[in-house]
Amino acid sequence: MEGNEAVARGAMAAGCNFFAGYPITPATTIFNNMLKMLPPTGGICIQGEDEIASMGYCIGAAMAGKKVLTATSGPGISLYSEQVSFAIGSEIPMVIADVQRLGPSTGSATRGADSDIQFLRWGSTSGVPVIVLAPRDALDCYVLTMQAFNYAEEFRCPVFIASNKEIGMTKESFDLSSVTLPPLVERTLYEGDQYLPFEADPDKAPPFLPIGGKTLVRQTSSTHGPDGFITIDPQIIAANQQRLRTKLHAARERISLYEENILEGTDTLVISYGITSRAVEDAAKILAQKGHPVSTLSLKTLYPVPEQAILKAAANFKRVVVIEMNLGQYVNDIRRILGGKHVDFYGQMDGVMIPPAKIMEVIKNG
Amino acid sequence: MDSFLNKSRPLVFCPGCTHERITKGLDKTLIDMGLKADKTVIVTDIGCSGLFDTFFNVHALHGVHGRALTYAAGLKLADSTLTVIVTMGDGGLGIGGAHVLAACRKNLDLTLIILNNFNFGMTGGQYSATTPSDAVVGSEFLNQAEIPINICSIAKSAGATYVSKCSGHDTQLPDELAKAIRHKGFSVVETLGMCTGRYTKRNNLTPKVIDEMIANQPVEGGVVEGNQRPEYGELYRKLAGEKTRFPEALTIERSFNIVDPQRQEVVILGSAGMRIVTAGDIVCYAGIASGMNVSIKNDYNITVLRGQSVSEILLSPEKIGYTGIESPTAVMALSDEGVQRRQKIFKTLSPETVVLKEKSIAIPETPARVIEIDFKELKIKRPDWALASLGVLAEKEILFSKEILAFALKSRFNEKVYDLAMETIEKMY
Repeated sequence: MEGNEAVARGAMAAGCNFFAGYPITPATTIFNNMLKMLPPTGGICIQGEDEIASMGYCIGAAMAGKKVLTATSGPGISLYSEQVSFAIGSEIPMVIADVQRLGPSTGSATRGADSDIQFLRWGSTSGVPVIVLAPRDALDCYVLTMQAFNYAEEFRCPVFIASNKEIGMTKESFDLSSVTLPPLVERTLYEGDQYLPFEADPDKAPPFLPIGGKTLVRQTSSTHGPDGFITIDPQIIAANQQRLRTKLHAARERISLYEENILEGTDTLVISYGITSRAVEDAAKILAQKGHPVSTLSLKTLYPVPEQAILKAAANFKRVVVIEMNLGQYVNDIRRILGGKHVDFYGQMDGVMIPPAKIMEVIKNG
Repeated sequence: MDSFLNKSRPLVFCPGCTHERITKGLDKTLIDMGLKADKTVIVTDIGCSGLFDTFFNVHALHGVHGRALTYAAGLKLADSTLTVIVTMGDGGLGIGGAHVLAACRKNLDLTLIILNNFNFGMTGGQYSATTPSDAVVGSEFLNQAEIPINICSIAKSAGATYVSKCSGHDTQLPDELAKAIRHKGFSVVETLGMCTGRYTKRNNLTPKVIDEMIANQPVEGGVVEGNQRPEYGELYRKLAGEKTRFPEALTIERSFNIVDPQRQEVVILGSAGMRIVTAGDIVCYAGIASGMNVSIKNDYNITVLRGQSVSEILLSPEKIGYTGIESPTAVMALSDEGVQRRQKIFKTLSPETVVLKEKSIAIPETPARVIEIDFKELKIKRPDWALASLGVLAEKEILFSKEILAFALKSRFNEKVYDLAMETIEKMY
């Protein structure tokens, strides 16, 4: 199946019961698949009048207790932005699949690139952290989408799947029985009798109650206190802003997903993510056959940045090479974390995947 | 219940503001209707109308400017038992115009109360989508160059099933709102009112003038007879309920053991209408049935009935990494458009690569082994060329055997199509 179908099937496996979206290449087939899968299972699948509306439908449905998915590509994620800010700041769980295409702007509908990595992280007001997961193949699309739902439920936040045209629209065979699927996590429901919709431990998301339940619920996009009413109290504001950061950063190590292949006696570590990781691993295999092995780290959680994993993996290497299917959106985070270490970078943004031969050349020549 | 108003949140509107009357009017509506607080939700957006949700003891969702209807729709779709009331000013009306139109077209059971006070009160009295051209507002002369919209006539033409208009000072307001809420389907009530903080300072707008405005552009009735139709949620659930078959993922069992399997790359170069994608699928079926990992990507025009259609397939006993084509086993050149799309690969091919080329198709110079076939003479129609090419490969034991190809066709097609496909293929044997 395509990566996009795998996202849809992963969502279904995670218990997704609401989808709203708007067609856009190369993400449309997620919508098509959800439209086939949700009705027979009693779920709801809606085409919004535009991307902004699709996000609004998702926000409404999520607040009524649904597990929601939406899917788009670069031009749509731009339109999602104001609603994404709402979902982040007001702790509305949802999964957003961004099947990236070559930007900027309308760019190329059928050409891939990891165009939106920084946009997903910073494309909201306030700079509150988000979770971004990057699949490498169709199987990852399935498993990471399940994982994304779990994180959305636990942390009450939007979780992005940073897919790519080259994954979303490429059909691949895979054996689902070859992986262990994550056990499902559901949002914590409030059980007391004094519900304040945003009252929470300083490192946690608040317990949830749906709009439409016995207890009255307030949801607001405005700066709010625990009671969900607008506040201008600097202490309350500061505590909430801090909590929005801490709830993710405190769990950073636990939600750091990656694959590494650290070989003794190698002096170069190649860091990559998404579709590019596959070419990196091909390159590493060929180099090993040629007697010049390198180590690899393939990141699946991009945000929050898996700092400990990167530090630990890179600790014993003289040289780190970062390869991205853009002109350098993630390498600065790696340079920041690795301080003075020598970090080479190769990026390509021309609508085609970076081939293993190019990666070998970069590794060889720097 | 004697009031839904939140006693710890007194109203904060400017003295004389019509919003205060509408808030109290809506409270009376909720009481009169005997609505349950836990089954009622007020959805608002930005501006003074966006304060409404804070005054009522019901569920509340306050969101981004102009988008209130989108949240309301999500809530109502997710929980059809809710009474969903949206308040929106003329600002949100302008910003969220597309959502208003969509709500009218969908006819989901929501009630939209538009609080039209002819300007953006909160930001300094700038002009909005409903500001008269001759009004004096905080936008200097800009409103003089535009005309205001008539939302009631727009809503009717967009398919709203209930539209009414009334003064915020009208004593009948609670009843008007109740009628709209009771209506099953999308209801729009345009209320006209005074923004005393901004608008009425420089414009002669009084309850009497508002009454005259309504008399000049009356909206009859409420229920729009010509637009009556089933409520969206009910219709959606009926239509969706008819879809009972869950599409299971395609699984193909490993059915053949092949000796010394090798990585294979296949490129099929054709045009729209030549069933290139289907041929690519069949190669994948054959690969999976032989225990290989497969990947396929297709490249075709967004105008799908014209232009090239290119399929690139990888088969590998190993997990597939890079999914690009590097050294193909076979390249099928079946149309000039397809060949042009990948013309650069021909000179990079190795002598071991087989290029299967239809006689009429020109290809660039290549070191590969070229096999030419005259499908026309064999009386094979162009839409079957890709399929027939697979037969040629099977005949020559390139990629897969005849047996595996037959298995792949059987897995891919129903019996009738399978028989036709076999007929075509066997012409190649």
